[in-house]
Amino acid sequence: MSKYTLQVNGETHEVDADPQMPLLWVIRDKLKMTGTKFGCGIAQCGACTVHVNGAPMRSCVLPVSAVSGPVTTIEGLSNGNELHPLQTAWIEHDVPQCGYCQSGQIMSAAALLASNKKPSDADIDQAMAGNFCRCGTYVRIRAAVHTAASFYNADTNAKKGA
Amino acid sequence: MGLNRRKLFKVSAIAGGGLMLQLSLPNALAEEGKPLVASKDLNFYVQIASDGQITIFAPNPEMGQGVKTALPMIIAEEMGAKWEDVVVVQAPIDSSKFGMQGSGGSMTIPRNFDAMRKMGASAREMLIGAASLLLEVERKELEARESQVIHSSGRSMTFGQLATVAAQQPVPDPEVLEFKDPRSYTIIGTSVAGVDNLVVATGLTEFGIDVDVPGMMYASYTRCPRRGGIAKSFNEREIKRLPGVTDAFILEPDDRAGKSSFAFMDGLGVLRGGVAVVGDNTWAVFNAKNKLKVKWDESPASQDSWPEMVEQAKQIAAKGGGDVKLPGKTVDAELSNAKNRVQESFYEFPYVAHICMEPMNCTADYKKGKSGEPDTLEVWLGSQFPELAKEAGVNMFGLKPENIKVNGLRMGGGFGRRALHDFSAEAISISHRIGKPVKLTWTRTDDIHNDFFRVGGFENMKAAIDTNGKLAAWDQHYIGFGNNGKPVIGSGLRGNEFSMVALDNARVTQTLMEVDTSCGAWRAPGSNTNAFVEQSFIHELAELAERDHAEFLIELMGSRRWFEEGKISSLNTGRAIDVIKLAVEKSGYGKKKLPKGTGLGLAFYFCHAAHVAEVAEVSVDANNNYRVKNVTVAVDVGPIVNMSGAISQIQGSIVDGLSTMAMQKITMKNGEIEQDNFNNYPVMRIASTPSIDVHFIQSDNQPTGLGEPALPPLAPAVTNAIFAATGKRIRSMPLSEAGFTLV
Ligand code: FES
Ligand code: FES
Repeated sequence: MSKYTLQVNGETHEVDADPQMPLLWVIRDKLKMTGTKFGCGIAQCGACTVHVNGAPMRSCVLPVSAVSGPVTTIEGLSNGNELHPLQTAWIEHDVPQCGYCQSGQIMSAAALLASNKKPSDADIDQAMAGNFCRCGTYVRIRAAVHTAASFYNADTNAKKGA
Repeated sequence: MGLNRRKLFKVSAIAGGGLMLQLSLPNALAEEGKPLVASKDLNFYVQIASDGQITIFAPNPEMGQGVKTALPMIIAEEMGAKWEDVVVVQAPIDSSKFGMQGSGGSMTIPRNFDAMRKMGASAREMLIGAASLLLEVERKELEARESQVIHSSGRSMTFGQLATVAAQQPVPDPEVLEFKDPRSYTIIGTSVAGVDNLVVATGLTEFGIDVDVPGMMYASYTRCPRRGGIAKSFNEREIKRLPGVTDAFILEPDDRAGKSSFAFMDGLGVLRGGVAVVGDNTWAVFNAKNKLKVKWDESPASQDSWPEMVEQAKQIAAKGGGDVKLPGKTVDAELSNAKNRVQESFYEFPYVAHICMEPMNCTADYKKGKSGEPDTLEVWLGSQFPELAKEAGVNMFGLKPENIKVNGLRMGGGFGRRALHDFSAEAISISHRIGKPVKLTWTRTDDIHNDFFRVGGFENMKAAIDTNGKLAAWDQHYIGFGNNGKPVIGSGLRGNEFSMVALDNARVTQTLMEVDTSCGAWRAPGSNTNAFVEQSFIHELAELAERDHAEFLIELMGSRRWFEEGKISSLNTGRAIDVIKLAVEKSGYGKKKLPKGTGLGLAFYFCHAAHVAEVAEVSVDANNNYRVKNVTVAVDVGPIVNMSGAISQIQGSIVDGLSTMAMQKITMKNGEIEQDNFNNYPVMRIASTPSIDVHFIQSDNQPTGLGEPALPPLAPAVTNAIFAATGKRIRSMPLSEAGFTLV
C-alpha cells in the first residue's frame, strides 16, 4: 500500500492504495463516486472513460501510481449547476436506454469537443470508437454530439456578430 | 372476474392534504397466458399534492426499455394531467401492493395498458367530482385537462386545489369507467424524454453495481471453467495473504437455489460450486481471482463441444425429425416431381451471449436472528424479476419471505439475462457465510462464461417451386437443443410460426440434441434465429422461381386473415401484408436506382404480438466488406405510447441485431466457453451504424411492447441485401465467419 494524492473534479483526495490498483476502482470503491462504470477491465468498452489532464483515458487499465495529473469524471463535467452542452443534448435527444455506458460516452465526446468544436461524422466515429453501447443508442449519440457542437458554434457566431 | 368491485379502490388523504389513490385491478391480459408474467392483481399509486405536483409510481423494473416513462404517461393521459407536473418515482418492490413487478417478453405495455388507463380515469373522475362540489356545477359540464378541471363557463380549479376534496370522493367502479377518445390524447403518442435522463447524463444514477451499504465487503466468485465442475481445494494460504483480501472459501453447489415458482426459470439459476474471495475493494478480489489455483472435480462437468454439434447436425439434417405439424398431403410427391424446381439449404446459427453492459452483481446482507429471532435478509440488485431473489433465500436457508427485503435498482441492460437469479444466490450464500453485507461483482469473463446463452441451432430447408413459380411444397427440419428431451429456452419452433400456421403443403419436423451448456431468454427468443432461416429461405425460393421477392412473400401470406381471431399472439396476414407493403414503398425497394455492389434486402417477421417488415440497403466491396447504409422499418404494434421510446427501442434492436449477426459467436470445447471478454467477443461500434427509418402503422392492434420484435427481421434483411448486391448467399451467422466484414 502506498499513499497517493489525487485531484478529482477539482478536489484533492489522499488515498491509500496498492500501486497497481486501477484508477477506476480507486474512484468507485475508495472515493465512492460511482458515475464511472466498470464494463470489461481491458480497455475495450469505454464505460470507465475519465479525463486525465484533459485527455480521455480508460481508467480500468490505468494504475493509480501512473495517474499524472488532474482527473475529471462525469460528476465533474458540469460547471456547478450548469450542465455541459453534451449533457443537455443527451437529455434532449433522449439518448439513454439503460444508461450504463453513457458516462463513458459523454466523457469521450467531451474530450472530442474540447479540441474540435465542429466534428464531422468521421471525427465522431474516430473519437467514439473506444466506447460501445450495448443498447445501440449510436444514432442518437451522433445526433447529440452534433447538437452540442452547435451550442459552441452558436456562441462563436454570436460573438462574431457582436 | 371474481372480484368485489366496490373494494377495488382505497383512498386516503396524504400528509399536507392531497389525493392518494390505490387501484387494484386484475392483470388485464392474464388470459393471454404468457409465461413471463404471473397472473396476479396489479396495484398502482397516484399522489397529488396541494401544490399541484403529481407523483406517479412506476411499478416495473427499468432496464433501458423505457417503462419507467411509458407507464406513467398512460396514467397521466387519462387523468388529464400536464406531463410537466408529473414526478415519476420507482415503486418499491412489494408484490402485496404492486403485483408481480417484472419486465420481460415485451409484455409490460400490453399487460398494463388498460390497468393504467383505469388508474388515470378513476383519478380524473374523483377530481371532477370534487370540482362539481366546489364549483357547484354538474359533472357533465366539467372536463379535466392540463392538470385542471375546467367548467364550460371557463371557470376552473387546479388539481392541486382539488386534491383534498377529491380524496374524499367515492371511488368509481372500474368497470364503468370511460376512457378518453384517443384523438384527444396530448401525452400518449407524443415523444417524451426518459424521466431519468438527467441523472444518467450526470452520472448520478444508482445501478445495482453502485450500491454501497455500511460495513459492506466486496466479493468475487470463481466457478469451474468447465460447466458443472466442483471446487475441491485451492491455494487458500496464498490467496488470503494478498493485499485487501480478508477471506476466501469454497461454496458447494446447491440446486435448491434454482427452484423457482416461475416455470420458465425453474431449475436454471442454481448455485454453481466455486471459490469466493472476500476483501475490502473490488479490485482486490478481482486480483485474487486471477491468482486462484483451484483443483476441480470435473467428473460431472459438461463435455459440450460446438464442432461436434455442427457435425452431428449435418449428419441428421436430411433425415428429418419428429413431426411438429401434421404434414401436408403431397409434400414428398411435389419434392420429387421432376417438373418442379427444388431448393435444399442448410442453415446454421451460433450460441450468443447477453453481455449486458453492467456485469451481473448483487449485494446481500444476511443477518442471523439474535436470541430466537428469525434470520433476515436484505438484497439489492438490478433484476427483471427482483422479488424472485427471495426464492434463493427461502429455498437455501429456510428464510420466511416476509423476513426478506428486496431493493430493485435500475439495470445496466437485461435482455433476458437478468431474469435469472444465479448471481443473487451466490451473493446471499457469501453473506450468509461471512455474516456481513457483501457486494458480489462479476468480471466480464464471469459474465460470458456463465451466461444463459441464446441457443444455437440448425435448420435444413427444402422446398419445391412449381411450373407457375408458386410454392408447391415446404419441408423444414429444425435441429435444436434440449435437456433431458425438453427443448431449452429459445430452441425449437413456436406453434404460431409462419410455416406452422400459414403454409398448407408443408412438413415441419424437429430434432433436439442434448446440451449441458445453460441457455436462456435472449431478446426475442427463438424468433431471432428462426427469422434468419425462414426469411432467407423464402428469398432463395423467390429467386428460384424468378419472382419479385416482395410479391412472392405477400403471395405466401395468402388472404387477409387472423389465425386465431382477436388473439394478439397470433399472426394476422393482413397486418403482415400492410407492413411489407409499407417497408417496400418507403425504402424504394424495386424502384430505387442502386449503384453496382449495392442491394436492397427485405424480410418480415411476426413475434411478440408485433408485425414488422424491414428493408436493408447494403453495399459490398470486392473484398466482402459490407456496409449497411440504411434500414427501413415498418411496424404494426398498435398505438404507440411514447414515440421517442418506441423509436429508440427499434434503433437499439437494429444495432443489436446487426452487431450479433455480424460478429458474435460463443463456442464451447469440452464444456469450456472459448470467449472471455470483448477482445474475442466483439461488439459493433458507432462507425458501422446505419441510418434507421421507422414507420408505424398505428392500427387498433392491442398496444404491445417494442423491446424485441424489431430485431428478428434484421439479419435476413441484411443477408438478402448482400445477395442482391453480390449474388452470394450467406446461410450461417455470424457473417465474420462466412468471410464478410462489417464496416
Ligand atoms: S471498463 Fe474500462 S474500457 Fe471497459
Ligand atoms: S445505454 Fe445501455 S449500454 Fe448504452
